[in-house]
Amino acid sequence: MSVAVREAPIGRPDAPAAVNDFAINVATANGSGSQTSNGVLLRALFKMGIPINGKNLFPSNIQGLPTWYIIRLSKDGFLARREMTDIQVCMNGRTVAEDMERVASGGIVLYDDSLPIANHRKDVTYYPMPVKELVKEASLPHALRDYVANMVYVGVLAELLGIETSEIEAALLHHFEGKEKAAGLNMEMVDRAIEWAAGHVERHAGYRVERMTGFNEGKILVDGNTAGALGALAGGLSLASWYPITPSSSMAESVEKYAPALRTDEDTGKSTVAVIQAEDELAAMGMVVGAGWTGARAMTCTSGPGISLMAEFAGLAYFAEIPAVIWDIQRMGPSTGLPTRTSQGDIHAAYYLSHGDTRHVVLFPANPVECFEFGRVAFDLAEELQTLVIVLSDLDLGMNQHISEPFEYSDAPFKRGKVLSAEDLEERQGSWGRYMDVDGDGVAYRTLPGTKHNMAAYFTRGTGHNEYGYYSERPDDWEQNLERLKRKFETARQLAPKPIVDDVEGSEVGIISLGSNHEGVEEGRARLANAGLSTSYLRLRALPIDESVRSFIDRYRTIFVIEANSDGQLHSILTTEEPAQALKLISIAKCDGLPLSARFISEQIQQALEEEL
Amino acid sequence: MTTAARTRAARATRRAARPARTNRIGLEKTSYRGRPSTLCKGCGHDSVSQRIVNAAWEMGLDQTQVVKLSGIGCSSKTPAYYLGWSHGFNSLHGRMPSVATGAIVANRSLEVIGVSGDGDSASIGIGQFKHAVRRNLPLIYIVENNGVYGLTKGQFSATADEGQVLKYQGLNDLPPLDICMEALTANATFVARSFAGDPKQLEALLKAAINHRGIAVLDIISPCVTFNNHDTSTKSYGFGRANEIRLHDLNFVPEFEEIEIEEYEDELEVELHDGGTIVLKKLDPDHDPKDRTAAYNVIQRSLDEQKLITGLLYISEEEPTFTELLDITETPLAHLPDRKLRPSREALEGVMASLA
Repeated sequence: MSVAVREAPIGRPDAPAAVNDFAINVATANGSGSQTSNGVLLRALFKMGIPINGKNLFPSNIQGLPTWYIIRLSKDGFLARREMTDIQVCMNGRTVAEDMERVASGGIVLYDDSLPIANHRKDVTYYPMPVKELVKEASLPHALRDYVANMVYVGVLAELLGIETSEIEAALLHHFEGKEKAAGLNMEMVDRAIEWAAGHVERHAGYRVERMTGFNEGKILVDGNTAGALGALAGGLSLASWYPITPSSSMAESVEKYAPALRTDEDTGKSTVAVIQAEDELAAMGMVVGAGWTGARAMTCTSGPGISLMAEFAGLAYFAEIPAVIWDIQRMGPSTGLPTRTSQGDIHAAYYLSHGDTRHVVLFPANPVECFEFGRVAFDLAEELQTLVIVLSDLDLGMNQHISEPFEYSDAPFKRGKVLSAEDLEERQGSWGRYMDVDGDGVAYRTLPGTKHNMAAYFTRGTGHNEYGYYSERPDDWEQNLERLKRKFETARQLAPKPIVDDVEGSEVGIISLGSNHEGVEEGRARLANAGLSTSYLRLRALPIDESVRSFIDRYRTIFVIEANSDGQLHSILTTEEPAQALKLISIAKCDGLPLSARFISEQIQQALEEEL
Repeated sequence: MTTAARTRAARATRRAARPARTNRIGLEKTSYRGRPSTLCKGCGHDSVSQRIVNAAWEMGLDQTQVVKLSGIGCSSKTPAYYLGWSHGFNSLHGRMPSVATGAIVANRSLEVIGVSGDGDSASIGIGQFKHAVRRNLPLIYIVENNGVYGLTKGQFSATADEGQVLKYQGLNDLPPLDICMEALTANATFVARSFAGDPKQLEALLKAAINHRGIAVLDIISPCVTFNNHDTSTKSYGFGRANEIRLHDLNFVPEFEEIEIEEYEDELEVELHDGGTIVLKKLDPDHDPKDRTAAYNVIQRSLDEQKLITGLLYISEEEPTFTELLDITETPLAHLPDRKLRPSREALEGVMASLA
């Protein structure tokens, strides 16, 4: 096991307002076009070299309900959600009162001057923006006015904070994919707002942005769903079937968007990947199973309600031993209400999905690079192990934009697993058994439909087959099969992506977490280190766990298991799999629809340790 | 030796002396068999299996390029009983169409035969059935229709007759769904009804279905001898024999066979995409199987009159199939080498540049 010793964290994440180190919260009504203005702001700041992230807190609705977009700037590169708001932009009358209350003391409020304002706080600076007037002056086509109105706060923020107008212009052009007219129309509004702000807004000493270097160079700005889609396309995806569901739809849509550029056959001009919008999630999963059985790399992407519907097929893939991949972009569930809020509530459901004794390989990407890598790794594992692999992302990772290293091209051969060709069968004189453990690793050989040999065929059923794939209800036959599946699961432990472990010398406290919690955990550890508590950290990247997880638990006095759900699902799996050490594992679980913050993580750990004393 | 035994012995000697009949790819019919059936004796489904064996043998299908799929139920057990050299998949209840979709898209060169029942297709699987039809999936979709659940011992399915009485379930007070009508409203390009006890017609329809390029829905009334073979049921042998009205006399002519059609007074030759033709001799002079409205009328009439009108009700060879619409490579996706399954380095770098 490689153990990286982390350098002492630098920077002070809880320091007062400083250049390139604060948070902006933009409150709008959804469907008002704020996605464009927020995306442009984020991109302009990114291109100025400032470490940023943007969290879109949006409702399950098309028009009119409150939406917040939180941009955090962190010169030290801490990119978890920040709880504090320094600059509040108020564009939504329905939430303006609570929005204004949110601002930290000494902060700034920019608001649409047509909104009803009850009272002003004394510790906050207010700037009313004449949105309607500025829009009117711009004499824009009537239909566009509402959409372009949001560009007013972009301009005012640019003037207030010092965002370079050339970067705003470039970001607009990027957003409108080079269409100069659309970009120009929006830029005109931005320019008018800048002009107004120059005469009405006073620049603040702390809340400023400045071009910087050392963080964003060579990086890209991308969401996890796009990354996963690109990874699958680079990883041999042949069939993607899906049914629309937030927050996973954008993954399927990205597959469709990028397939022509990435997967058009040079010789014939035809596509080498099929994308099918199915009638429901059951059918989407059935298509994956049918294609996997036939020898193609197939996946579906969905969210919690979808995996519930796919549960029966998940068990079939497990017992009939068919390669299949599901991407579950987690959200709150069930039904509606909070479908646009993030959660890690499907860990249990995914690991044990279906009926009978099933346990699946589950991958936990933590950032876009891992989404890209797992796009391919999931197929490699599914085919090597002839089983279902579930990738658990979540809304925060999947739908929000993240700064990322660019994705690395790989032309390493795909791992297609144990498949017998007609030539192989000829060599064996047709003698083979579909469910026979020839190599002792629990993984049997398979043939694909269409193999030109009259001994290639076998008959697939979920249960009730012997080593040769023949129908059998003999207790011995089935018990032996289940024993082999257990051996196969042990093989899965060895093949699944290893955890990333950061052992800090002298620390007695360990943290185990997963997926998109990573930024919050890292910042939380920095806060704890500032307070004199050093922690070690294991970021789990897959289930089933391997030996390195056990030895990590061994090494520390207390281990906190941190996750964004209510029941502590990973904690419960770890205590089940490591019962001898269960008492050392303490659950820190929170489920409020928001990504975990560093403050929450560090405070919970401190509090728990105090109670322990 | 008794006379009977002598006769048997003589027959066996004659059989051994005669060279076994082989088809165009040099195989005897026995090569197309599957494992022994475990269904009840006299089950209509076994007759259908036998017809599939005959049709596949006579057409000279390469079994290694055929896939047999099914859902769950008595009918869905049957793929084990025919075409032993073909891969088979007894999948999930009502979900055969989606598994078929995945298999067909993954390997478009396969001939895919799906077998389902009335519970599997009209009850739990009506959604997947209709969507597979709507997509014009290149799939032979056989429904072995007996109006009853066999494996779970005698419950009504959605095709059970209204007013029918069963031993355990009592009275069925809901109207039936009609498989052919459902297929037609979902824009099926091949809709046929037949009877398990009518080998000649069924084989001709199966051969035509094999040659059809899109989805071929075959609703085969296949009586359940154990749970639903009362003469009052429209899915019984007695009813079938007494009330079957054939729309046409069918004669299927594959492209590789010399065409020998008897002269018919009024007949219609329907050309299938790969050269085969189906020739219909009309009993009902009004029915044109290329006329969708006529097909609706025939089905409605059969429902109104409680008659089993069999034959090719509707066919159209115009519509593109699902694999054609997807615009994927002619080479099956499952056969593409690694280099065709990933982008070029430049293409990925281009995407990275657009995200920088």
